[in-house]
Amino acid sequence: MSEILKFHFDIDGSDFSSAGAASVMVKKKLRQLSYDPEIIRKVSIAMYEGEINMVIHANGGTADVEIHDEEIIIILSDNGPGIADVELAMQEGYSTARDSIRNLGFGAGMGFPNMKKYTDHLQVDTALGVGTTVTMKVKL
Amino acid sequence: MSVYNHSVSLDVEKCKGCTACLKRCPTEAIRIHDGHAVINPVRCIDCGECIRVCPSKAKKATHDSLSVLNDYKYTIALPAPSFYGQFDNLDNIGYIIKGLRDLGFDDVYEVACAAELVSAYTRKYIERKDIKKPVISSACPAITRIISTNYPYLCENIMPILPPIDIAAMLAREKAMREHPELRDEDIGIIFISPCPAKVSYIKNNFAGERNYISATVSVRDVYFAILDIMNKYREEPTEATESGIIGIGWASTGGESTAILNHRYLAADGIENCIRVLDSIDSSDITQLDFVELNACNGGCVGGAMTVANPYIAQARLHELRRFLPVSPNRPASDWIPDRYFREKLVEYNPYSALSSDRKTAIRMMQDIEDLTNKLPGLDCGSCGAPTCMAFAEDVVKKEICAEECTVLLKKLVKEKEIPKELLYAELGLRERDCSGGGNGEKDDDGE
Repeated sequence: MSEILKFHFDIDGSDFSSAGAASVMVKKKLRQLSYDPEIIRKVSIAMYEGEINMVIHANGGTADVEIHDEEIIIILSDNGPGIADVELAMQEGYSTARDSIRNLGFGAGMGFPNMKKYTDHLQVDTALGVGTTVTMKVKL
Repeated sequence: MSVYNHSVSLDVEKCKGCTACLKRCPTEAIRIHDGHAVINPVRCIDCGECIRVCPSKAKKATHDSLSVLNDYKYTIALPAPSFYGQFDNLDNIGYIIKGLRDLGFDDVYEVACAAELVSAYTRKYIERKDIKKPVISSACPAITRIISTNYPYLCENIMPILPPIDIAAMLAREKAMREHPELRDEDIGIIFISPCPAKVSYIKNNFAGERNYISATVSVRDVYFAILDIMNKYREEPTEATESGIIGIGWASTGGESTAILNHRYLAADGIENCIRVLDSIDSSDITQLDFVELNACNGGCVGGAMTVANPYIAQARLHELRRFLPVSPNRPASDWIPDRYFREKLVEYNPYSALSSDRKTAIRMMQDIEDLTNKLPGLDCGSCGAPTCMAFAEDVVKKEICAEECTVLLKKLVKEKEIPKELLYAELGLRERDCSGGGNGEKDDDGE
C-alpha cells in the first residue's frame, strides 16, 4: 500500500440544515482525483445516508474517508444511543426517526439499505448507550 | 476539451481588482491577478452573477449589435417572453410586435409560441417509461452547462427536446421560406432577443448540436431602448397581436415551464446557488418522486437575466397583467408524436474540468498538499490573495498557479513574528512615525518601538 489520503470531518448534529455537507465535499474531492463517476456516486450516496443518520439519531459525530489504492473506506463514528437491532435497521422501510424529521422527507427507512446497496462492504459496530461506528468500503 | 466561447467578459480598463465578483462566482471561475479579474473559460457558465455585482461595471455580456439587421435581406426577430415584461403601462403585446417591425425586422416569431409546443411535447415525454427521472429542463443554458461539467450522473436527465429558442428559430425560418420562396437560406437572419449572456453563449457554441438555427443574438436591453421611442409614438391600437397564450408567456418566470406540464410532481427553483443545492440533492438521490425539475440560474427566472432592464419581479407582475385575457395555449403540436428534428442532435456530455492531474498518484499527492496547506491558512476566505476561498488558494498554490506569499494574512503574521523592520512599511506609506496609541479599534499591538 502506497500513499493513503485521509479526510476528516466533524458532523455537527445541532444543525440539521447543514447535514449532507461533508459528502458533497467528498464528492468534489473525488472528482478532483478523477475517479470514475460510478465510484463517486457510490461513495457519496453511502456517505450521505450515513451522515444523515448520525445527525438524526446520534446528534452528529465524525466522518473519516480514506483513499487507498484498492478501495475507499468511509468510517462514520458517533456517541449516540446505539442501535438495538441491527438486522431490523437494515430492513427497507424500517425507521425510528421522529415525526418532525419525517416531515422533512427523511426517515423513509432507506438509510442502511442504501449504504449496503452502494458499498462492497458494510460493518456496523454498535453498543447501546455508547455509540455506533459504521465502516463502509467501496472497491476501486 | 474544446474551447467554449463566452459572452461574459471583462473590461480590464474598468476593473479595479476588488473582490465583489470573486466572492459571488458560483463555479469559482474568477481570480484576481495583476490587479484585475481573470475569468477561467473552462469553469465559467455565463450565469451573469459577476455582471450583476460588479461595482465598476467592468463585467459585461458581449452580444451582437442591432446593426446586424443590415447583414441580412430578410430578418426575423425572436423575442424571448421575458422581453414583454420590460415595458411599463403596456396592455397589448401587439405594440411590441409592431415596434419590432417598425425597427426594421421583416417578421416577428414569438419564442413564447414555440414554448407552448415544447410544453405540449414535455407532457408527452415525461409519460415515457424508458427515461431517467426527474427530467431536468434544458431551457436555462447556465444549468445545462454546469451539469455537463459537474454532474456526470445528471447529464442523462436533461430534457432531450430542444429548448423553445431553437424550435422557434427552426419554425421561423420555415415560415420565411414558405412565404418568400425567392429567399435563399443565407438571406434570412434569425435574430434572437436574449435576456441573458448564457443564451448568447449557448447559441455561439452550438451547444444543442451542429445545426445552428439562430443567426445572431441581440440583447433585450438594446432592443428595449431602440423601440421605446417608436412605441411611444403609437396613437392607435396596433393591428398586430400576440399569437402566444398564458402558457408561453409564463415561461419568462420561474414556475411557468413547470406548471405548464400539468403534473404536480415538479420542482421549480431559481438563483444559481439554490439550483446547485437542488442538483446536489438530486445527485445524492435525495429527492424522489419528481417527474420534472425546472432550474433557472437567474432570480425570478429569465426575467432576471443580466441583459434585461426591469426588476425581475416587476417584470413578472407586468406579465401576469399582459397575459390575463389571453387563451391558455393557442399553439398546439400538429402531431401526436414528437418529430425527430425537435430533439437535440447530441445529448449533453460530461466534460469534467476539476481533475488535479491525469495521473492518480500525482493527483493524490497534490490533494494531500492542498489539505496540509489549507489547514495552515487563516481560513478567513478574505479574497485578498485573488482566490475566492483559502481552499481555492491552496489548490492554486499546489497547481503552481499562484505563489504562497500572496496570502496577505500569513505575510502579516510573518512580519510580526520575524520582526521585519516596520519602518519599511511606514516609509512606503509616507508616514513619519509609527504611533497606534489611540487604539480606537481596540486592536492590541505590541507598541515596543
